[in-house]
Amino acid sequence: MAEMTIKKRPKNLDLTTIRLPLPGKVSILHRVSGAGLFLCLPILLWLFGASLTSPETFATLTALASSLPVKVVLAGLIWAYCHHFCAGIRFLLLDLHIGIEKEAANKSAAAVLAVSIPLTLVLWGILL
Amino acid sequence: MINRTVVGAHYGLKDWIAQRATAVIMAGYSVLMAAILLILRPATFEAWQGVFAHGFIKFVTFLFFVSLFYHAWIGVRDIWMDYVKPTGLRLALHVLTATALVGYTAWAAAILWRL
Repeated sequence: MAEMTIKKRPKNLDLTTIRLPLPGKVSILHRVSGAGLFLCLPILLWLFGASLTSPETFATLTALASSLPVKVVLAGLIWAYCHHFCAGIRFLLLDLHIGIEKEAANKSAAAVLAVSIPLTLVLWGILL
Repeated sequence: MINRTVVGAHYGLKDWIAQRATAVIMAGYSVLMAAILLILRPATFEAWQGVFAHGFIKFVTFLFFVSLFYHAWIGVRDIWMDYVKPTGLRLALHVLTATALVGYTAWAAAILWRL
């Protein structure tokens, strides 16, 4: 095996001092929303199953969904889905080399937030 | 002796493509379902169940779930690979994640084919 020289490169990975640019924020929120949705999968599957079981379980769930704490949690999940969806489409476009210049990437990151947050509010208004 | 990590990424390109293909399937399903629910507005149990009891919807919903679980496997595996360094713990988390997702697939099938 060839000898390798390991360079001591300067590192700045202190998360409290790094100013993350907007595309970076959209990216980490993509990961956070994905992880959150994954952790909620068993609850969501259980809710989906219960909603399709009988008129009684369906009625219990609609009653449950009308309480404020449940509405807030559901709003969080709707946001996670919307953000993951919008940021995901942005990543697919970047994969196709669309909008990879710095300025365009900044704009599309802002567009993700400009779409995902109002979309969350609209869906929340329609569904809850 | 070759010291290869047992829980690293092995077939990067396949997973990379699968993550994107499943994303496109889920995005299409999301738009389709949003349109169906906005048009039909199923407010009662019978109407809600009727949507998913329909053969085509049942099929694409199952396709959505399978895409979701495969997509989640790649994403969550990447998270473990990025943040969990001890090999044993990482392997345990991989097994736990994969097992849960296979279980969810069976669960989703059971929910849909009961209708």
